[in-house]
Amino acid sequence: MLDYMRSNRREVIAGVVLIALLAAYLGSHPRGASTYVMTIWANQCLILGLAACAQFFAVVVRGIDLSVGAVMALTNCVASYLLDGSAVGIAVGMLAVVATGALCGLLNGMIVVYGRIQPIVVTLATASIFVGIALLLRPTPGGAVNYDLADAMTLDLLGIPTALIITVVAVIGFWLPFRRTGLGLGLYALGSSEQAAFQSGIDTRFIRLAAFTLAGLFGGLAGLFYSFVTTTGDAGIAAGFTLNSIAAVVLGGVLLRGGVGSLIGALAGAFILKTIASLMFFSGIPSLAQPLFEGMILAAAIAIGGADVLRARNKLEVFS
Amino acid sequence: MLRTVSIDSLMPYIGVVLLVIAGSFFFPQVLSAGYLSQQLQIAAFLGLLATGATIVILLGHIDLSVPWVLTGAAILSTALVGSGNPVLSAIAVPAALAFGALIGIVNGIGVAILRIPSMVWTLAVNSMLLGLAVLNTGGFNPRGEASPLMIAMASGDILGLPISFLIWIALSIALAGFLTRTPFGRYLRSIGFNEKATFLSGVSTPSVVFTAFAIAGMCSALGGVMLAGYANQAYQSMGDPFLLPTIAAVVIGGTSILGGRGGLFGTIGGALFITLLTSILSVMQIEDAWRNIIFGTIILVMLLFQTLRKGAAA
Repeated sequence: MLDYMRSNRREVIAGVVLIALLAAYLGSHPRGASTYVMTIWANQCLILGLAACAQFFAVVVRGIDLSVGAVMALTNCVASYLLDGSAVGIAVGMLAVVATGALCGLLNGMIVVYGRIQPIVVTLATASIFVGIALLLRPTPGGAVNYDLADAMTLDLLGIPTALIITVVAVIGFWLPFRRTGLGLGLYALGSSEQAAFQSGIDTRFIRLAAFTLAGLFGGLAGLFYSFVTTTGDAGIAAGFTLNSIAAVVLGGVLLRGGVGSLIGALAGAFILKTIASLMFFSGIPSLAQPLFEGMILAAAIAIGGADVLRARNKLEVFS
Repeated sequence: MLRTVSIDSLMPYIGVVLLVIAGSFFFPQVLSAGYLSQQLQIAAFLGLLATGATIVILLGHIDLSVPWVLTGAAILSTALVGSGNPVLSAIAVPAALAFGALIGIVNGIGVAILRIPSMVWTLAVNSMLLGLAVLNTGGFNPRGEASPLMIAMASGDILGLPISFLIWIALSIALAGFLTRTPFGRYLRSIGFNEKATFLSGVSTPSVVFTAFAIAGMCSALGGVMLAGYANQAYQSMGDPFLLPTIAAVVIGGTSILGGRGGLFGTIGGALFITLLTSILSVMQIEDAWRNIIFGTIILVMLLFQTLRKGAAA
């Protein structure tokens, strides 16, 4: 157990911070730890959590995805057309929404790999394109999502918020097995050292394509879940999510220089970020001062993450 | 200045010429002196921000605090002028520039001392500035007005050329000279290439990082002051639409996002290109959705062109 904690230090720290924050939140909320409060909290957290997962896959291969929010906006608009009607139609529609996200990611990956352009610039440009397509679909917010389905995904199951169940299923059902596959290991190899990965015979192009496609796929899932929560399509949601997803992965212990971190950390970071925001709401701090406090807590959390520098024994260690 | 002229940095200028020719085909008024000088005036706002961003990107970092440094400087300067006190309104512009430099140094501390990735730290600084602005103004549009000096900087003209454009070009030339003729410029690029090697050669790398971020902060602040002069007021989130076009302008101008390679000459072209592209797309009354799609596609095509050319050369 201790070994596990030592080798996953970053995730453990993020988890402890999250639990402390959640306790503070539930303690300060006038309605306490009721299912209702937990459900709303978990829904908000999971939207950003899925966006952070998307960002994680781009960051772990030493890239960055500035189109996460745009993919969410696009898939949200697609979902607002497809998620109403017959049961079969909705099932196909959900697949189509996620496939749209994956396709966006694949496009990013192909331009990065074959066009040899830096991911930050590629996704900056494609984000504009994706938002454009989303605006074509929904010039003004509208559309509908099947209410029964939306309720099923965003309420609770036996008192446990569905969003939390989805989170646990994503971690146990997808991430833990995935990490042990060749692709999962390849992501870390590529992020740690592209040259070493290439010389060990890893198909670096395929891994990078897969990483960006997975980023798009999770962006699509985030957009899908966002549609369940809001039940409308809105092309204007992109702006906030992209930058928050970057902040979330960093809070969750994922290093922007690649190769370090995990999906669990990214999820924890996103949950922390959202919990801070909800905590502010009930904390009694004057509402006008809340954005400042949020910013300061974010900065402090990131600065503490940077405190590793203080432990460097040699000044050269900090350059990496 | 000449050393920064590469083929990559000429590309946006070629793009500008093509845009003007193609635009005049549909709308003859694109060729009028009035339209073109208005474009130069508007390009200066984006251009000033991109000038600062170029310096930070040459260093191998990125500054995401541009939007709220800009807004903060605009709020500060208009509030000082709006106080009615002649002394306070006289120091409005210098105070805003000092504010920009101060935030730049805060950015530099996080990046150079705490070793936090600039992309996250400047983002956090940006959200703190947003919080300060909300706290200060109560979330409403801040009161205040622009001084005659600020209005002249943004909207005046000399011999038919907009003053804002002249300020931008003068600043670019001065900084380009600073980058090519002083040790600071060489250190800046060499940190962009390899920070460790630069440090081992005896360069005080933190002070170079501080200076670069301070210059970038002052450029953003100057952009904010002039935008406030242009609109005769400051308003919340006035900087948000500028962040991504700023990065696009720098990259289209041939500066490598990885640092070390590029220069201000290309950035001028990049800012002109993006301003003109945005303007022509809106003159053509293309709807918002297609404008976004065309904008993204053209940027991608220009970047692909850069790498194709390098691939052919290699």
